[in-house]
Amino acid sequence: MKRLRALPVLLWLLGLALCAGVALRAHYTADMSAFLPRSPTPAQQLLVDQLTEGVLSRLLLVGIEGSTPSGRAELSRSLAKRLEDGGLFLSVRNGDAAVLSRDRELLFANRYLLSPSVTPERFTPEGLHAAISESIDLLASPIGLMLKGLLGRDPTGELVELIGSLDTSGSPASENGVWVSRDGQRAILMLQTRAAGSDTDAQALAIAQIRSQFAALGSDAGHPDARILVSGAAVFAVNSRAAIESEAVRLTTLGSAAVIALLLLIYRSFTTVVLGLLPVASGALAGIAAVALGFGTVHGLTIGFGTTLIGEAVDYSIYYFVQSDEEEEGGWMKRFWPTIRLGVLTSIFGFASLLFSGFPGLAQLGLYSIAGLVTAAMVTRFVLPHLRPAKLHIHDIAPIGRALTGLWAWLSRLRRVVPVLGLAAILVLVANREHIWSSSLSGLSPVSSADQALDQSLRADLGAPNLRYLVVVKAGSREAALEQAESVGERLRGLVADGVLAGFDSPARFMPSAATQQARRNALPERDTLAHNLESALVGLPLRADRLNAFLDDVDKARAQPLLTPESLRGSTLALAVDSLLLERPQGWTALIPLRTPDSDTPFESARVEAALRGTQALFVDIFGESNNLYRTYLDEAILLSLAGILAIVVLMGVVLREPMRLVRVMVPVITAELLVMAGLVATGHALTLLHLVGMLLIVAVGTNYALFFNQADRNPGDDPRTLASLLLANLATVIGFGTLAVSPVPVLQAIGITVGPGAVLTLILSAMLAHRGPR
Amino acid sequence: MKHALRLAACLLMLAAMPAIAAWDLPQLMTELARNQGGRAHFTERKYIALLDKPVVSSGEMRYVAPDYLEKRTLTPRLEVMVLDKDEISLERGKQKITLRLREQPEVLAFVASIRGTLSGNRAALEQNYALHLSGQRDNWTLNLSPSNPRIAELVTRITISGSRQQVRSIEYLQADGDRSVMSIEPVDAR
Repeated sequence: MKRLRALPVLLWLLGLALCAGVALRAHYTADMSAFLPRSPTPAQQLLVDQLTEGVLSRLLLVGIEGSTPSGRAELSRSLAKRLEDGGLFLSVRNGDAAVLSRDRELLFANRYLLSPSVTPERFTPEGLHAAISESIDLLASPIGLMLKGLLGRDPTGELVELIGSLDTSGSPASENGVWVSRDGQRAILMLQTRAAGSDTDAQALAIAQIRSQFAALGSDAGHPDARILVSGAAVFAVNSRAAIESEAVRLTTLGSAAVIALLLLIYRSFTTVVLGLLPVASGALAGIAAVALGFGTVHGLTIGFGTTLIGEAVDYSIYYFVQSDEEEEGGWMKRFWPTIRLGVLTSIFGFASLLFSGFPGLAQLGLYSIAGLVTAAMVTRFVLPHLRPAKLHIHDIAPIGRALTGLWAWLSRLRRVVPVLGLAAILVLVANREHIWSSSLSGLSPVSSADQALDQSLRADLGAPNLRYLVVVKAGSREAALEQAESVGERLRGLVADGVLAGFDSPARFMPSAATQQARRNALPERDTLAHNLESALVGLPLRADRLNAFLDDVDKARAQPLLTPESLRGSTLALAVDSLLLERPQGWTALIPLRTPDSDTPFESARVEAALRGTQALFVDIFGESNNLYRTYLDEAILLSLAGILAIVVLMGVVLREPMRLVRVMVPVITAELLVMAGLVATGHALTLLHLVGMLLIVAVGTNYALFFNQADRNPGDDPRTLASLLLANLATVIGFGTLAVSPVPVLQAIGITVGPGAVLTLILSAMLAHRGPR
Repeated sequence: MKHALRLAACLLMLAAMPAIAAWDLPQLMTELARNQGGRAHFTERKYIALLDKPVVSSGEMRYVAPDYLEKRTLTPRLEVMVLDKDEISLERGKQKITLRLREQPEVLAFVASIRGTLSGNRAALEQNYALHLSGQRDNWTLNLSPSNPRIAELVTRITISGSRQQVRSIEYLQADGDRSVMSIEPVDAR
């Protein structure tokens, strides 16, 4: 007998050890992976690539403030040097004039391979005449003044052709030879990390390096008042990870402490409190282990969510201790366990719906909750009775229950208010039906508004690219991707001429395909032919052929010049422009062609872009729209899944309770509470997000327990003050668990808190109002 | 009548002897600052060593004191340059370039010289140039020699001449020996 009784405990201990082993070896993350779709469409895949690997995810913007303008410039240069040497960055740009002139030299040396104007016609007498006249005319302009020195070598103006096609309007201002903000009060650097944006650890390291190098510089060079600002997607990721991590710890500690304090106050028995927390702790551990096994990685948000489990799982042991006190051995099992079992089952049904979500964050929450609640219930049912000392007596809370009986009677008389409340809630929701759900992903963003403001201002300073609209081409090889990018470029040029687009970028601009480069090289005539053509081209122009020998030399050289390869651009900022737009993926090469839209006051005609691309493999993507679409998909799906979950719960209860009236009495309080919470949130100006939806599922999970207890078949809790007290206590614990979430600065956790806290209280009150009161 | 006026002027000048002795910078600057703006035709000749003939361009200018200047080149190509406070923008064909003034010493050299002269802002001029004034009120010549070495790398001397508050010509002698001369003819003859 004794050995048999020890078996559940042994199994439990073994299970705990296994879970702890899994949890200890699990991979934890707090990056945006939880928000990325599990089976993306091509456009979503692109969005994911951009978020995890793309240019934007690797871009860090750095501002230096304080000190003097020349001090900032000096700091900018030394910091750039140190970071370049540090090796964590693919590129460090601060607008250093030396770097820019290096770029220009590279462009100039390769102008005949790069300039789109290089065709055989360009070097006929007519073509030369037109091009040279244009260059001479340009000398009348202030621009010409800067290019005058190049006329002898580049009379056809290929460099102008190249630079002219660059976007100069968006480039940052510069002062003392480095980039500065528009008001001149900040020096600006633009860095690209070697690590992908999704590698938050490496990003954290890179950001730490920027700060430590700057701190060292500031004290060395005597700029004690200089400050550094760092922003970018990676900073958001690192900060929100830190916030989520510290929040997870803080909230769990806070929630646990409050619940423990409450239990101590009620039980007045330290042993009971410890025992009561065992199911919770076991459940949390099992939840983490289940997620680690099921998903490979555990998201920090899931752990933060763990605190909510304290609120719900502790209920089971509260019911057990409070209700079974002074009950004969096994009595509780008979009377209350079926009710709790049904409560756990409804929770499982509710959360199981989340498992099917394409949003991994939700799926993790679902699995975590199911594993956690089942474990907590099982531990309460099978392990606690064995661990409970024979002489455990908790402080009698029956007096509280008796006081509540009066309150309950009073609440019962108010039952007619319930339909009124429900109707009012529905009216509020119908009146606001357009703004119930938040339509953008930003509702989920854990980034603080201060961080967002800093990022905005640095981005504005830099004229950093707005990569909202992209054309994407995919190909099997680098060359094929470049060729496709060139043919897309041809089509887009027409749209630029029509004013539909202000311009576009392309990896083929600085890295034309080999075929294109070859064609351009072949377009260059032999020296004698060129000299001959030049003679007739210069008739009527104030330029004599003998001044253009350097031109003949350069063309001659270009005819034998090797084609540009990625290696030839290495070390220049041109390489960065190419690398960021031409990506190697496991399934091939991807070329990105960011589009620049005309001034904001003219609406962007994306349909014309799509029309221009018809018949090609190219894909037009609106990143902003796509991310909102993605969120919309998650939300629609989650709403459907939640409804399915609630339906499943109703069916389950219908089957178990058998009587339709009892089903109604159990479900009406829960559904009314949901409506009231939704209406309350909407009325106070909250746009509901996915996480509010999760919170509403939790209300169902917790609330049905209360409703079921009030509708027990054999006896009403009103007859048993202890049951009533246990419900209040359980409710308090739940509210404390979620109340701590409601104060969290992490929006996702806060959303769950402000939904479930009020929801739990409302369900309890409504259940009490509607419960069928037995005869006194 | 004219004689009488001239006599009166002479008497006035005698009365203000020190002022005459120096038909000087402060006076020129005060007079220039009085110019509230106006429109003018311009013709610009650029003498470039590489070319046998100067490059000639012409068009209209509009100035609104103290810091708006629009130069609309009509030949050989339409080009509009607008200098407005801290920004200079250039529109040519489909292209539009906007620069902020702090950026490039080349641009700053020209802007500071033109704008400083037009608005009679001596302090702004002396930030980058050493000033030398010669001639009389009706026919003055102001020489600007760059004191800032970065500007000196580009421009050796800027010569601005005019009568009273009206600038008539601006000549740039560039460091490489090339030179450009812009002559200015006001549209509203005063």
